[in-house]
Amino acid sequence: MTRSRIGQLFGVVLCSTCVLAVAEAQELASAEMRSLDEQVQEIKTDVLGIAADLTRLEEKLLYPSNTQLAIFVSIAEGETFRLDSMRIAIDGELATHYLYGFKELDALQHGGVQRVYTGNVPTGGHEIAVSINGKTTSGDDFNSDATFSFDKGIEPKLLGIALNGPAAIDVGEW
Amino acid sequence: MTHPMRVSPLLGLLAFGLTAVAAARPPADDEGTARDWYFGEALFYAQQGHFFEALERLDAELGQHRDIDEPALDSLYRNLREAEFSVGDFELNYRMHYRAGRAITAVLEGAVDEAVRNDAAYRLARIHFQKGQFEDALLALDRITGRVPEDIVDEIEFLRANTYTGLGRHAEAAEVLKRLQNAESLKGFAAYNLGVALLGEERSLDAIEQLDRAGQITSSDEPVLAIRDKSNFVAGTLLVETQQFDAAKQYFDRVRLDGPFSNAALLASGWAATAADDYERAVVPWSLLAQREVTDAAVQEALIALPYAYGKLDVHGRAALLYANALESFSQEVERLDASLMSIREGNFLKVLVREEVRQDKDWVIRLRSLPESPETYYLMELLASQDFQTALQNYLDLEDLRRKLASWDVNFDAFDDMVGLRRDYYEPQLPGVDAEFRDLDSRMRLRLEQHELLEKRLQGLLVAPRPEFLATADERVTATELAALAKGLDGNASPGADVLRQRVARLQGVVGFTLRTEYDDRLNEFAAHLRDLGAEIETLKAKHAEYVRTRQAAVHSFEGYDTPINRLRTRVAEALGTVNLLMARQGRVLELVAIDELVARRERLETYEDQARYALADSYDRATRAQAEAEVAALQPGETR
Repeated sequence: MTRSRIGQLFGVVLCSTCVLAVAEAQELASAEMRSLDEQVQEIKTDVLGIAADLTRLEEKLLYPSNTQLAIFVSIAEGETFRLDSMRIAIDGELATHYLYGFKELDALQHGGVQRVYTGNVPTGGHEIAVSINGKTTSGDDFNSDATFSFDKGIEPKLLGIALNGPAAIDVGEW
Repeated sequence: MTHPMRVSPLLGLLAFGLTAVAAARPPADDEGTARDWYFGEALFYAQQGHFFEALERLDAELGQHRDIDEPALDSLYRNLREAEFSVGDFELNYRMHYRAGRAITAVLEGAVDEAVRNDAAYRLARIHFQKGQFEDALLALDRITGRVPEDIVDEIEFLRANTYTGLGRHAEAAEVLKRLQNAESLKGFAAYNLGVALLGEERSLDAIEQLDRAGQITSSDEPVLAIRDKSNFVAGTLLVETQQFDAAKQYFDRVRLDGPFSNAALLASGWAATAADDYERAVVPWSLLAQREVTDAAVQEALIALPYAYGKLDVHGRAALLYANALESFSQEVERLDASLMSIREGNFLKVLVREEVRQDKDWVIRLRSLPESPETYYLMELLASQDFQTALQNYLDLEDLRRKLASWDVNFDAFDDMVGLRRDYYEPQLPGVDAEFRDLDSRMRLRLEQHELLEKRLQGLLVAPRPEFLATADERVTATELAALAKGLDGNASPGADVLRQRVARLQGVVGFTLRTEYDDRLNEFAAHLRDLGAEIETLKAKHAEYVRTRQAAVHSFEGYDTPINRLRTRVAEALGTVNLLMARQGRVLELVAIDELVARRERLETYEDQARYALADSYDRATRAQAEAEVAALQPGETR
């Protein structure tokens, strides 16, 4: 074996016992890692269960159904414009101003739907104003706006903002 | 040749090949149709790598879907198949193989389409394969019969071949892989794995021939180029073992200079040349290698191998210089390793791993190296690349994420308590007064409702049997009563004046009756109109009543009934946090120990190199000095002496 030649040539035997000891230690560590892996999977399941219960509790406590308003955002399939930010006002009051990062935009462009806002509004008529800005695929800046009126009843209200293009904001109820 | 030892490390790459070509992709149900928003929300998180959040949302959505009476009316219905597969994929990505297996088994055992069942069987097999459960993987693959989704036909066979290899059934693996040689999606991987399978069959010549083919595949994809490099490297190594050094060197030289196998190939190329006593050819790759990142084990070996080659070429001066450089470099690296070991023992390694800026990048393992305050990571690149260590690291990071989540939730509970307390303080004192007013309003409203009901009945009665007197005004009713009393008072009075009075009373009663009868229709219409108005008012009243009841309920529900669930969750969070901390400590300790073992081994190897270099330096210096002296002697004129 060529590698052993240099050892012979230098009259030195490489520290094979050290290598063996390390290998043994690593094997033990591997067994411990596998055991831990199972326990980590178990605690993940537990924490997911806690998260689900906590979400339900939070929703009930913070956004009761009679006042809950949730707004979702999606980008139409095939649209590749760059969405930089979205500003949403409800009845003239700023509800959220969201800046998009690369990962979020990429997720939206690949079928993801973002819950951009969850809040409370009283029952009755309201108006939502949406404005977005970014760059078109040709690199030009764009700004677009849309408004939509809706009635809030006693059940949770879900609104969807579908971006079908830089200048095509479609706001609707779900 | 010791095949078991040879094949074993190669299996590591099989897993790599599988992962590279069989990326998770949930099947789409109805392309182009609108997606359930909550499922879309789960995808939004999954596509950013936030699988915990994705799972949490999708679990909740699927749970709600299963609870509803008419699932076909639910928006998730059209994405159900995709969602159920996605749960398994998310769990796999979140390294929850057990749950992923259960999720996919559930799909497999449900009443689903043949193609869907086969897709599920493939996914289940993949999980078993990744866990090293090759028998189970094969059982799952054997469940695949009938129609198979076109896009996974080759992947299924590739997985079958790899499973055979895992089971040591190399001949069967080779048979399957031969059929996959033209599969575009498996380019490079099927070719390389076939070489490995042939090697497993102890058909070395065929294996080298196959690896030669795999080593010449053209592509612009980095994973394919990497497997091509690996093929050439393995082929070269096999040739070295059979003493075919020249041929081996050709394979090593095929490996790209900027690929992941470059350093190992350059080193091996040099050794192949020296094995053939061609030291001049060894100098070229080693010179190149010696200038690379000094923490790499191959580079460190090159630092000492290069002067060795120069020594063999009788260039002792240069050899001595290079040995001196190597010694200096090794000394610096030993110092760096000592600093790294100390740093790990002080817990810095784990601190670096959980740093947010490191984890923002998908290449975070590579970025670790660029952190100036984390010397330990310089030497851990190989370790970081191993599957077990990666899993352990990912688990540690996942645990840290869980720890952060649980800690923040723990703080939230106090905020929830405050919120509930504030609401209780605000609403509770107001409720008795509001309730008293409401009870008064409620009784009045009920009275009006009864009256409305009575009048409604009367109207219906009048429509069937007209009763004009029912629609008399108050004056008319008084007049009619007075006239009736007068008439009664005249009863039995036989005086002539009484007759006149009776006639007058009768006339007046006739006038009242005439008015009532002639105005009856108008009055009935008016009565109906007023009743309708009253009905509208009552509806408004009812709506206000219902709104009040809801508002009161909402007020009460905003602070009542939270104490128990909050406390229960608080306890669960505290317990989970305790478990996470415990697991983190154990996982972290294992990582530290493995890292320390690795660094100690590297340090010991460097010390060995130092000893070798020190000895060789002295030897080279002597030889160089002697050679110089001899040259000087030779250069003297005959008869001259120094």
